[in-house]
Amino acid sequence: MKTDTLLQQPQFLSNEVMLDLKDLKKVYPTPKGDYVVLENLNLQVKKEEFLTIIGHSGCGKTTMLSMIAGLNPSSAGEISVLGSPIKGPGPDRGVIFQSPSLMPWLTALENVMLGVKKVFPRATKKQKEDICKYYLSKVGLEGSFYKKASALSQGMQQRVGIARAFAIKPKVLLLDEPFGMLDSLTRGELQDVLIEIWNKEKITAVMITHDVDEAIFLADRVVMMTSGPSAKIGDILKIDFERPRTRKAVIDHYNYYTYRKHLIDFLEH
Amino acid sequence: MAFLELNNLSKTYGNGAKATEVLSNINLHIEEGEFVAIVGFSGSGKTTLVNLINGLLEPTNGEAIYKGNRVVGTSHDRGVIFQNYSLLPWLTVLQNVAIAVKEAFPKKSKKNRDALAKEYIEMVSLTPALHKRPKELSGGMKQRVAVARSLAMNPEMIIMDEPLGALDALTRGNLQDEILNIWSKSKRTALLITNDVDEGMYMADRIIPLRPGPNATLGPEFKINIDRPRNKIALNDNEEFKKTRNNIIEYLMEIGNERTTNSDEIYELPNIEPTDLRWRFKR
Repeated sequence: MKTDTLLQQPQFLSNEVMLDLKDLKKVYPTPKGDYVVLENLNLQVKKEEFLTIIGHSGCGKTTMLSMIAGLNPSSAGEISVLGSPIKGPGPDRGVIFQSPSLMPWLTALENVMLGVKKVFPRATKKQKEDICKYYLSKVGLEGSFYKKASALSQGMQQRVGIARAFAIKPKVLLLDEPFGMLDSLTRGELQDVLIEIWNKEKITAVMITHDVDEAIFLADRVVMMTSGPSAKIGDILKIDFERPRTRKAVIDHYNYYTYRKHLIDFLEH
Repeated sequence: MAFLELNNLSKTYGNGAKATEVLSNINLHIEEGEFVAIVGFSGSGKTTLVNLINGLLEPTNGEAIYKGNRVVGTSHDRGVIFQNYSLLPWLTVLQNVAIAVKEAFPKKSKKNRDALAKEYIEMVSLTPALHKRPKELSGGMKQRVAVARSLAMNPEMIIMDEPLGALDALTRGNLQDEILNIWSKSKRTALLITNDVDEGMYMADRIIPLRPGPNATLGPEFKINIDRPRNKIALNDNEEFKKTRNNIIEYLMEIGNERTTNSDEIYELPNIEPTDLRWRFKR
């Protein structure tokens, strides 16, 4: 098996790098001694790159993402966005969680507005509302602006989550298995919604998934994590499909099943 | 005559103006020893279909015919594996399986029944958890108990309602293999309901999409002409697999496109940039 040190990662120019993880480590103390979740993790994500991360449950993917989000401090190493080290969470990094995590007593619009108000403090009320409405309509919720989050189906709530993350114009978008709880048809629809907005905005994105087809469809590179403890990057697969992509063109591409085999092969061993 | 026949089956819930026809005109023939997968999405009426076949529900119109007889009520001949495991929380793993064995084989001695239950628990590798209660088990282990319970009754037909949907990929793959193993060894007939095309492609002889309800109907069938045992990695080099898989996915994408509605109203995005708030987070 390839080790992290042998793994050749592309070298980017420093002004091309959006997100830089250096020698990242995470340790949880337990009564039986330290439990090392991640170790020696080095990864650079380019500006406007879409990166997907796959690995088995419990391999520390979520830990890694929440460290990038600044929600979970790292035990060693450094994370920087555009060259400056992060110190906790911030609106430069938008997060879409696995469960929609909306305020149930607020409407769809109010949920998106919460963040918009923070990052556009000088915008007019009309401008702020337009931003919310623009993204909510992009995710197909033009009929549900004023519906309470608690009255929306899970798929619709997840759409609000996508709108909320894009609306604050983050520099980096972090997605933690955002479609894992949805059935595959809804999942496909929301992947299309996500990639359509992404095609326009080209926000650097890091997404965790366990769905091999989702990983290929969305990504420029797929990062494969080994199983924990002491999880690291096992392999990286570059996905050379042109953008914008359509699902039909992707699955009909002669390389599609080669990529798919590579990823499944990694996960099965 | 097919092993299981569904003839113009339909099911309506509610009365009068509030009536909703969930399933309309379902026609399906399953031969003995066949493994058929029905692929459908949330709310398409999958569970209603399962309950009509296993006899928990009565059809509004049409009929389900099992080995030449109309389905009325449940039967030990048809074992069901439910999505939510449905174990009895106050019984141990062994007791949960043994209670089903007792129901199916009332004339066997307790010793023989326990031996049979243990045999199936061993088959799903749960012998170490024999005396644990469901709350001490993970989701995957609970579903294993449900699989053992259903198969220990030695049903002629196994009906599975999204049995593995809640499990992680690794556990899911292992249980798929266990179910296939038992199915092929004893040549049962199997019906799998799933929302995962790949699960269907890996396990079934035929895949039939269920078009979303209300008024759900079955779509065209896709034959999976791939030799068994199948290998998830090698399948990706199989031309038949690629072609069939793409056909099914494209068919499902079409169904999806019919569902989406586009509104005419266009919202303009104001051309403003967010304030850099990173200074606020400096310690």
